[in-house]
Amino acid sequence: MAKEPILSAKDVEIQFSLRGRKLTAIRGCSLDLYEGETLAIVGESGSGKSVFTKSFIGMLDANGSITNGSITYNGVDISKYKTEKEWLTIRGKKIAMVMQDPMTSLNPLKKVGKQIEESIELHQGLKGEEAKKEAIEMLKKVGIPDPERRYNQYPHEFSGGMRQRVVIAIAVACRPQILICDEPTTALDVTIQAQILDLVRNLQSELHMTVIYITHDLGVVANVADRVAVMYAGQIVEYGLVNEIFYDAWHPYTWALLSALPQLGVKGHDLPSIEGTPPNLFNTIKGDAFAPRNKQALAIDFVKEPPFFSVSETHKAKTWYLDPRAPKIEQPEAVRRLRETMRERG
Amino acid sequence: MFKYTVKRLAQSLVTVLIVVTIVFLLLRMLPTDYYFTEEQLMKFTEQQKQEQLLAAGLLDPLPKQLFSFYGNLVQFDFGESRRIQNGVPVVKVIGDKFAISMKMGLISVGISVVVGVAIGILQARRKDKLADHIGTAYTIFVNAVPPLVSYSLILIFGSRVLGLPSMYSSRNVGPSSILPIVCLAMGSIAWWALWTRRYMIDEINKDYIKLARVKGLSTQKIMTKHVLRNAFVPLAQYLPASLLFTIGGSLLVERFFSVPGMGPLLTDAISRYDTNVVQTLVILYATLGVIGVFLGDILMMIIDPRIRLADKGGSR
Repeated sequence: MAKEPILSAKDVEIQFSLRGRKLTAIRGCSLDLYEGETLAIVGESGSGKSVFTKSFIGMLDANGSITNGSITYNGVDISKYKTEKEWLTIRGKKIAMVMQDPMTSLNPLKKVGKQIEESIELHQGLKGEEAKKEAIEMLKKVGIPDPERRYNQYPHEFSGGMRQRVVIAIAVACRPQILICDEPTTALDVTIQAQILDLVRNLQSELHMTVIYITHDLGVVANVADRVAVMYAGQIVEYGLVNEIFYDAWHPYTWALLSALPQLGVKGHDLPSIEGTPPNLFNTIKGDAFAPRNKQALAIDFVKEPPFFSVSETHKAKTWYLDPRAPKIEQPEAVRRLRETMRERG
Repeated sequence: MFKYTVKRLAQSLVTVLIVVTIVFLLLRMLPTDYYFTEEQLMKFTEQQKQEQLLAAGLLDPLPKQLFSFYGNLVQFDFGESRRIQNGVPVVKVIGDKFAISMKMGLISVGISVVVGVAIGILQARRKDKLADHIGTAYTIFVNAVPPLVSYSLILIFGSRVLGLPSMYSSRNVGPSSILPIVCLAMGSIAWWALWTRRYMIDEINKDYIKLARVKGLSTQKIMTKHVLRNAFVPLAQYLPASLLFTIGGSLLVERFFSVPGMGPLLTDAISRYDTNVVQTLVILYATLGVIGVFLGDILMMIIDPRIRLADKGGSR
């Protein structure tokens, strides 16, 4: 892993204006992305995972904007980009994205091959026959059998998994440096999910891409990620190597997520769930945003926002539990059990 | 594709046949007096009337009349006008008028598709901005204000301010057609603008547009290559029908500017009980409608691949 990050977000704040009110969707997020790694961003719906990564390619909705912080990519602060022209130097070309629902992501009236070709023509400067050849090559690369025939077909002639392969082909057709996968497997069934994850992994090593996965499926995370960032209420609350997050988590929200893993459920008992709802992002949040849902919250959690504490070189958590002055709090049962399973397996 | 076309064609023919039959049967319910001109009614004795009816086959049993009517239709013999122009074949009565209506109609449809779609695109691109609000205001105005009021406004403006002729005249066809064409186009411009805007906004909000943006396409390219083309699919369905219906002319506009077109003909024929003319006109309108829908479906099939493949039956 190279020491210099290829993309570095610092204290990013993103606000949306809704009916005259300001909603702060991202409340100071910092993230470094290193070349060649796979980073997973996890968190529940509305935690800001998608919004945060969309801001890397200028795809925020019209009423949203980056109001603070910086996103440095290739030495340029892209958070200052305003015009479409500026964004088009990066979007699709250097940073590509695969979206959630393959069923609706393709233009129903355009041949699949043509849709890949559009991307090739745009970013590789190929035209006509050459572009077509390359599009067929891409179809082959993402594992679509009989690519010459498939080139001339329309999206409705493809199954969901096949469509997602096409979407991936479109995304990687321009050989991006970074590939953002926004819940790429949510709409697919489990066996297809595994195939798509494999495909992305293979393409990643073949094309030397850095991949960001946005997901709320911890199973996917365990499968593919090198590093994990956990998001809650518009902030990254904990990040670290995948093992550190799964087996030595420290933020109470990460604990809660891990405890809710169905794999850890005991037969006959209800699966633990996280009570309450995430805070309203229209309001200013005081202290630790997760405190109201945390049964073991400390008094200070309600007053002062915790800083990041280091657990290791690579592992940081934003919780007062790690402060030397804090009362000793045990990691919950689930985390310990996960760690033991790991030991057993060596 | 071929199978679908044939199927739709057969359905259309059946529809026309049903319409023709119903119209014929309904008109046979009228008293036989209406087969004579007003003048003939005064002069003829009952005896003479009966002889005339018998000679014309109008006293035959209904099924026999119906089949000879079908026979005539197949040979495009629609009979003669009785009261509007006694003894003149219906085809000729309609023919002259229809040329006038169609010429005006086609020009106005041409204008309204081009202008209406352009306005719709502009509105969709500038959604919720000033241009969009002006367009919407226009649409609402056209739909809310009774046509006679807006026609009067156009008439006053056109003749007083621009000095255009306020009445159609066959000696001065060009200039005297301008105001009627404007009135005809006014409504359908609003229609095309309204639906173009609506379907474009529909498309803009779809996921595949997001993907196209993520791909790195510029807004300009997305609009022309993705949005506009897809938005036009549902609209294309109405294009043939709206072209064909211009033949029918517009009752209101043609009355208003005294255009000797088809518009007022049907109401004239009905009020004067000219059965053959009524019958032919109704059949004509129905056939145009059916052909319009048929062509619309075929056009849709050509431009929308999802429909094209539907007739392969579950094997897709």
